[in-house]
Amino acid sequence: MAAGVATWLPFARAAAVGWLPLAQQPLPPAPGVKASRGDEVLVVNVSGRRFETWKNTLDRYPDTLLGSSEKEFFYDADSGEYFFDRDPDMFRHVLNFYRTGRLHCPRQECIQAFDEELAFYGLVPELVGDCCLEEYRDRKKENAERLVEDEEAEQAADGPALQVGSSLRQRLWRAFENPHTSTAALVFYYVTGFFIAVSVIANVVETIPCRGPARRPSREQPCGDRFPLAFFCMDTACVLIFTGEYLLRLFAAPSRCRFLRSVMSLIDVVAILPYYIGLFVPKNEDVSGAFVTLRVFRVFRIFKFSRHSQGLRILGYTLKSCASELGFLLFSLTMAIIIFATVMFYAEKGTNKTNFTSIPAAFWYTIVTMTTLGYGDMVPSTIAGKIFGSICSLSGVLVIALPVPVIVSNFSRIYHQNQRADKRRAQQKVRLARIRLAKSGTTNAFLQYKQNGGLEDSGSGEEQALCVRNRSAFEQQHHHLLHCLEKTTCHEFTDELTFSEALGAVSLGGRTIRSTSVSSQPVGTSNLLSSCCPRRAKRRAIRLANSTASVSRGSMQELDTLAGLQRSPAPQSRSSLNAKPHDSLDLNCDSQDFVAAIISIPTPPANTPDESQPSSPDGSSGRASSTLRNSNLGTPCLLPETVKISSL
Amino acid sequence: MYKVLTGVLDPDSVEDELEMATVRHRPEALELLEAQSKFTKKELQILYRGFKNECPSGVVNEETFKEIYSQFFPQGDSTTYAHFLFNAFDTDHNGAVSFEDFIKGLSILLRGTVQEKLNWAFNLYDINKDGYITKEEMLDIMKAIYDMMGKCTYPVLKEDAPRQHVETFFQKMDKNKDGVVTIDEFIESCQKDENIMRSMQLFENVI
Repeated sequence: MAAGVATWLPFARAAAVGWLPLAQQPLPPAPGVKASRGDEVLVVNVSGRRFETWKNTLDRYPDTLLGSSEKEFFYDADSGEYFFDRDPDMFRHVLNFYRTGRLHCPRQECIQAFDEELAFYGLVPELVGDCCLEEYRDRKKENAERLVEDEEAEQAADGPALQVGSSLRQRLWRAFENPHTSTAALVFYYVTGFFIAVSVIANVVETIPCRGPARRPSREQPCGDRFPLAFFCMDTACVLIFTGEYLLRLFAAPSRCRFLRSVMSLIDVVAILPYYIGLFVPKNEDVSGAFVTLRVFRVFRIFKFSRHSQGLRILGYTLKSCASELGFLLFSLTMAIIIFATVMFYAEKGTNKTNFTSIPAAFWYTIVTMTTLGYGDMVPSTIAGKIFGSICSLSGVLVIALPVPVIVSNFSRIYHQNQRADKRRAQQKVRLARIRLAKSGTTNAFLQYKQNGGLEDSGSGEEQALCVRNRSAFEQQHHHLLHCLEKTTCHEFTDELTFSEALGAVSLGGRTIRSTSVSSQPVGTSNLLSSCCPRRAKRRAIRLANSTASVSRGSMQELDTLAGLQRSPAPQSRSSLNAKPHDSLDLNCDSQDFVAAIISIPTPPANTPDESQPSSPDGSSGRASSTLRNSNLGTPCLLPETVKISSL
Repeated sequence: MYKVLTGVLDPDSVEDELEMATVRHRPEALELLEAQSKFTKKELQILYRGFKNECPSGVVNEETFKEIYSQFFPQGDSTTYAHFLFNAFDTDHNGAVSFEDFIKGLSILLRGTVQEKLNWAFNLYDINKDGYITKEEMLDIMKAIYDMMGKCTYPVLKEDAPRQHVETFFQKMDKNKDGVVTIDEFIESCQKDENIMRSMQLFENVI
């Protein structure tokens, strides 16, 4: 809950006077909190700079250093002030958090130092206010990344540090993905790179016409035909290496299906497939045409370089992410081309011996003109054609030149926007989760508090003190307020789980409906009392041993709820387990037994599912009053055990 | 159209908002408040510091009131009850609770006599402030209170639970069975009820 809420609690409690005439049950007594009358000014001396503030301000956040009794460790009795040997500039922000409820992140300070101060004063980084949260996260991430880079550089410098026990497959995969980890991997990396280059160069060179040593007139063959064997051997060697590499990667991949579907593996396959197809295709004239086209695919080997080049990968990614912009550019270009081609065709139709034989033929002219290439193989000869041709070239400048910078800026904008959108979405989720958790945390704290039998007002003062140490005054009073509301309406707060169970029980026509009726059945309860008493006592003794964890967890939970921390859902589920046999309060509205209404039993967690499951729906109404009566008898002997456990 | 082209907001509206935000209310002097209420100077100081921290403008409007109240009852919907409460605190009915209203209300609730507290409660229930609590008014109040419990209650909240509660209440309070509860009937019946009397002292040590 926010700090300011604590200010309004007295008002909310005062307003509860409005429920008093309506309450059908007697309301519980207020917690005996020794409220400090009057406020005092505390002096906090941080490395010589004195900060003075009201004690109440610091008490707003009882789970931090300054708000709890931990600050007493720093109290200097001689000077009557609290002395901290820390950075006074940072402390200003910490103190402002207490005052305003928002933690701001200083712009000019190092984020690491700020984090350390937060950790010292017991503030969680999640408390940073929304205004500064994004920047805080960014700077922290930068820092973390820089640290990781430094670490990696160190690691690379130190040499490989293989984990003991990793299988050959894992090591192979790591070697493939990070060539810097071992010298063998580095060698392999460079060798494959070399062979890719060799293969590509061979593909290029074999088409160059080279003259044979003997002067053959007019017959210039491409090198590939002059030295077929040499090129074939080189090709074979390269393909063998590529095939080997591909098979090894396939073997080492942690998820073979995913690897098969990845882009890089597809490129690998396309690079080596033509060779194998060429091996099996017979060298006859019909098919050789198709075979030749297959050789074109060998050029895809150049894309294998993207494993070696980070820049290429980034380019590929940005192209993919800007696909829509590129598509739109293409579409608008196509529109313009069609318009101008049509116009040029009809303008030049009359001329004889014209190049503009059809509209598709005019496409070529339009493209060449609009991109300002101007080859000159097609020129208009009519005046109308020349006019439209000039309009075409002028508009070409606009149509082509303008979107290009827009697309370039789109690249960077979209890239950053995506990142920011993801960040914002994640933060939104986190923020909503925080709010939800704070809300549920308050409720759970109250439910937990009920289960832990905090509603006892009798018992020795010592037990009381030990139990309430884990809850602040604010929590006590808030729980008392919620308890009063329960009494006014004769209904209890529960959590989702119990509620859905109760709904189920009601629909089954279970015996839980009894509780909603105003009239009581005192006769039945006394019968149950006599039969159930001894069994209950024994069961409870066993289950008390299990309540340790729940008590300590519950107190931790309550401590944390004030700061609205994000916790794992485990405590919540535990409290829901606790709430199942929740017969802690008397549901009998007309009960005259004032004492019984207040006392409740620490309901143990349902760690023994065998007995909790059957007992919860059936007879829970009966258990309600019976265990209440029980409490009068069993309380003295059981309480000391409870206290001992909770103090652990 | 002009606005769309030039992207210029209506300049007046912006200023209006600024003006509204700068509504300030300064409470009366400390001595005056001390004389009017039953709090000591120190208590008033503490109260005002908290109040001013939360509402720098010096007044609480209904929205803020509802927000604050909903933080205490996260499980249910407390807006209706907060609305009634707001009307009960806002004695001069100007739509905002100033510090004086706040103190006046708190003084009665925390330091007042039993008679005054019951008077205040009656005023809360009497929605239209005509001096009579009808069954409809009581039902509204009861529904608002039950709304605060939320959905997840044990036992499961039935549809007519508020109505039944209202019936019980009227049975107890309405002496002459004329369907309305007047202030005298209310005070008389409450004074006869031990539980209510005992619980009146519950919230005295709140400050």
